[in-house]
Amino acid sequence: MKDFDKILIANRGEIACRVIRTAKEMGYRTVAVFSEADRDALHTRLADQAVCIGPPPATQSYLDVDRILDACRKTGAGAVHPGYGFLSENTDFAGACEKEGITFIGPSAEAIRLMGSKRLSKIAMQEAGVPCIPGYEGEDQDDETLQREAERIGLPLMIKASAGGGGRGMRIVTDAGDISEQLRSARAESRNSFGSDELILERAVIRPRHVEIQVFGDHHGNVVHLGERDCSIQRRHQKVVEEAPSPAVDEALRARMGEAAVNAALACDYVGAGTVEFLLDPEGNFYFLEMNTRLQVEHPVTELITGQDLVEWQIRVARGEKLPLTQDEISLSGHAMEVRLYAESPSEGFMPQTGPVLAWHPADGPGQRVDHGLRVGYQVGSHYDPMLAKVIAAGRTREDARRRLIRAIEETTLLGVGDNRAFLAAILRDETFARGEATTAFLEESEAGTLGMEPEPVPEQAWVLAAALLAGGDSRRGRWQGWRNSGTAWQPLILECDDTRRTAWLAGDQGEVQVLLDDVTHRVALLETGADQVHAVLDDVAERFGLVREPETVWLDWHGRALVFHDQTQAPPDRADAAGTGPVRAPMDGAVMEVRCEPGQTVQKGDVLVLLEAMKIEHSLRAGIDGVVGSVQVAAGDQVKGKQVLLTVEDPQAAVQDSPAD
Amino acid sequence: MPRIESTIVTSSEEFIANREHNLALSRQLREKLEEIAHGGGPAAEERLRKRGKFPVRERIERLLDPGSPFLELSALAALDVYDEPVPAAGCVGGIGRVQGVECLIVANDPTVKGGSYYPLTVKKHLRAQEIAEKNHLPCIYLVDSGGANLPRQDEVFPDRDHFGRIFFNQARMSAMGIPQIAVVMGSCTAGGAYVPAMADETIMVRDQGTIFLAGPPLVKAATGEDVTAAELGGALVHTEQSGVADHLAEDEQHALDLARQAISRINWRKSDPLARSEPVAPVHDPGELYGVIPPSTRQPMPAREIIARIVDGSELDEFKSRYGTTLVTGFARIQGYPVGILANDGILYSESSQKGAHFIELCNQRRIPLVFLQNISGFMVGPRYEAEGIAKHGAKLVNAVACAAVPKFTVITGGSFGAGNYGMCGRAYDPRFLFMWPNARISVMGGEQAASVLTQVRQAAFQKKGEQWPEEQARAFQEEMVERYERMAQPWYASARLWDDGVIDPVNTRDVLGLCISASLNAPIGETRYGVFRM
Repeated sequence: MKDFDKILIANRGEIACRVIRTAKEMGYRTVAVFSEADRDALHTRLADQAVCIGPPPATQSYLDVDRILDACRKTGAGAVHPGYGFLSENTDFAGACEKEGITFIGPSAEAIRLMGSKRLSKIAMQEAGVPCIPGYEGEDQDDETLQREAERIGLPLMIKASAGGGGRGMRIVTDAGDISEQLRSARAESRNSFGSDELILERAVIRPRHVEIQVFGDHHGNVVHLGERDCSIQRRHQKVVEEAPSPAVDEALRARMGEAAVNAALACDYVGAGTVEFLLDPEGNFYFLEMNTRLQVEHPVTELITGQDLVEWQIRVARGEKLPLTQDEISLSGHAMEVRLYAESPSEGFMPQTGPVLAWHPADGPGQRVDHGLRVGYQVGSHYDPMLAKVIAAGRTREDARRRLIRAIEETTLLGVGDNRAFLAAILRDETFARGEATTAFLEESEAGTLGMEPEPVPEQAWVLAAALLAGGDSRRGRWQGWRNSGTAWQPLILECDDTRRTAWLAGDQGEVQVLLDDVTHRVALLETGADQVHAVLDDVAERFGLVREPETVWLDWHGRALVFHDQTQAPPDRADAAGTGPVRAPMDGAVMEVRCEPGQTVQKGDVLVLLEAMKIEHSLRAGIDGVVGSVQVAAGDQVKGKQVLLTVEDPQAAVQDSPAD
Repeated sequence: MPRIESTIVTSSEEFIANREHNLALSRQLREKLEEIAHGGGPAAEERLRKRGKFPVRERIERLLDPGSPFLELSALAALDVYDEPVPAAGCVGGIGRVQGVECLIVANDPTVKGGSYYPLTVKKHLRAQEIAEKNHLPCIYLVDSGGANLPRQDEVFPDRDHFGRIFFNQARMSAMGIPQIAVVMGSCTAGGAYVPAMADETIMVRDQGTIFLAGPPLVKAATGEDVTAAELGGALVHTEQSGVADHLAEDEQHALDLARQAISRINWRKSDPLARSEPVAPVHDPGELYGVIPPSTRQPMPAREIIARIVDGSELDEFKSRYGTTLVTGFARIQGYPVGILANDGILYSESSQKGAHFIELCNQRRIPLVFLQNISGFMVGPRYEAEGIAKHGAKLVNAVACAAVPKFTVITGGSFGAGNYGMCGRAYDPRFLFMWPNARISVMGGEQAASVLTQVRQAAFQKKGEQWPEEQARAFQEEMVERYERMAQPWYASARLWDDGVIDPVNTRDVLGLCISASLNAPIGETRYGVFRM
């Protein structure tokens, strides 16, 4: 029996908060670690103790094994829960913990190492009789062998980096002529990303479902499974919606897949929480994909249909207990569904968003659960994964869960930083999804491909309400709100939302404001404006909306869509300059990777001038006009703020055009 | 402070009849204002918009701080004065907030006779400047005018208070440190060129504004040169070559933005010498004023009922409430500002005059602004009153009113007749602002008195010649006089001629006064010195 009474959570965000909750419930003391960027994060407040482990970049904080072990020593933590991501599947870390006598709440280093290699794990699975996709996973990695094996396997072909994950180093080949070129590029990407150019080849499964089995093992040789999760809704191999059970899995299939997963776990003496991922084809054939040796992001859906706390299971197993339930005792009931709330803008190519959390109200209705790491005042930055929270709902049937989840998404208020709620709600409302027929190709292929990703027009009434709020329709701006002694006067208010500027004309007084927008007169009465909510009558219908107000800016939560309106009426004029120059601005907070131009250089519209890295994604910043580069204010390595001007392109013609024709 | 108890019965026949009468007047006012607000009419507005320009009132709305109040002044100027309609005398003036600063705005309306200056346009412009000067309000001129109205040059150009006085005022206000900002949004020809040229800062709109002493036709006539207006005095010439203008605006909105920006740089600090409290709405509904105001100035109007519907919390701390009771004096607050109120509650006697003078001295001593609610048919007449020296007692009141250095505000709520007008701070006594209610009347004496006096005089002339004035003729004469007086005593007639700063709806009185007091506090309150009081 291993003994520890303090658990350090080597993670951040929602998962750190999630683990802290159960650890506390079980009577443990908890330690949070945080980088300088997370000083105000929720997990630092929930834990009993919190230790700063370094500067914002993850490599110098959350990924720094020594600093985390040091935090354990300082606080006397006897166990570490790694969460997911970061060090959760790092064999060095697991080994280092062991050496320090600290309990690593997770599987053995050997199991992690084995499953970390696609090639070796696949061999092991084949030996254990777990169905795998036919392919090549041999040691021989020369071009000739791979080319030959690729031709043998046939098209469509999947090339994968053995050490890969998250879609990187992955290629799909549909044309035989492309094989050699794709092999070469996959190899190069794999070497750059993972430090290993080992590849495996597989027959590509078309329109599969992604179905994974939750398994659990203990130190006593027991392994059980807790049913499956369906994670077919993916965007670029990133899961978006997860549910349990899968609409495509019946009792018999579940038993077969469960058995295969348990065999997979037994094959590597697996201890703790693990997930065996399978591809399920339309005929009901399933193939081993990989095994994740950690708690998954989407574990709550399993918790909700099994009534079990998986973090509790992890801790029990880590301290040497037997699994709380045998396979026979595990039963599934109802249906659960989860979506991942990201700080990203689906309508701008899923561009990560940064900003301060101004208002945050997670839904808390019946059957709804929100796992999150947010608090008002926290600054969502560009250093980490942009996932903010998981919104989860459960119900008796799939339809009940789906309805509750839509409502949960739309009831959750988040203002200050852009998010993907509209996208999530649109997916859940889609008919194909509602019928349970969506596969991994859903987001890319179907009509749903544009779901919530096209910039949707901002609802007319949202403009109206924002105009009334910005004009101080509740007399915030003064006692003589729009007062005139010479008849009705319509005063213009220029609002901006989503880069669209519109002029609203306002008249009226304290009681009711009239807002004229494109020749339609709307009536707005603000019944109550609280700290973060407004109760307004909009054209005779009263409703509440999430609200944050600053003198020139209004954030409105419009049915799960965060809208930001800026009062541009008094914006300082910039038109005089606009004609002659093209400022290049950072689209968000980030670090300059490369400056590809120098002052005086002639550039054309569309030329890439600066490469910016933000939220682990590379962004190309281009010239907006033809011209000559003026001063360059930044250099590679600089941290920059969103909207900061990095350099300007000047139009040499502008001065000439301005002179009078004489 | 003691609250005024109202004795008005809102269900009484009298109240209901009054209300109907006054609501009709209020409607009449609104209709006139709305008609005037259309300026030169929709066709002219359409032409303006086609050229990328905004109508004058929209320019002002775009200039002001969003949601801020605008107190338009002299909107009825030139109403029914000239043979042709000249709405608002072709220029809109008023006080509005720009970057939080109360500014005086004068804006030409190019849709009204090309924004040219009629005699009353000049008078209105000068009055607006006078308000700016007295209250230290930064001036913003939105210029778009063809200059003086040439057919009426004799009433516009030569005299002291004619066109030239505009630039005289600009120079003097600039010297006093009152910012003068001009935005050239159209033509500024000849004398008009001096508005931007005399301004502290001038903004000019590309392709729209022109400034020149002589336009292309005159240049052609004088030197034979063919030039376009833009070449002669366009925005580029003046911002790049001549320096007559300082800032180039790309369009009208940009020009207004630049004007806002200019105001943000004036380093303005309001003098604000009053101890202000949180404003409280009157307990008695101002809307009931309609039912309190009688249909005729001959009928009494209870002063306290009026005050109760204007002041904060309907509270009035009366001074000498038992003495000289035909003049109600007392301290109150309007929109949180402390004021001393003088309101007529009958004709002026010796006691009420002395009481008024005493109260004005108090307010001057304490630097409290004065509000005159004027409803006066005059001083008491008759041998007894002459003998007790009503003339010298009245003179004390007039002396105190004339010399008071605190800001004075006058609202003519009923009659304004004879010397009562002087004692109650009529136009000649330089109140910072003077407004009339739609039911008010102003003349040297009541129409009927005047007619009867004039009839007696003429009768006497007939008798002197030994003739008999035919009764019918006499009656006709008398009726004509009554009608003539009545017409000229109307607030519309008065306001059209700039005898006041506007006709206001009674329910707006509190707001108007609040805004006026607030505006007046840009200027420091000076020391009062009185003339010799005849004792």
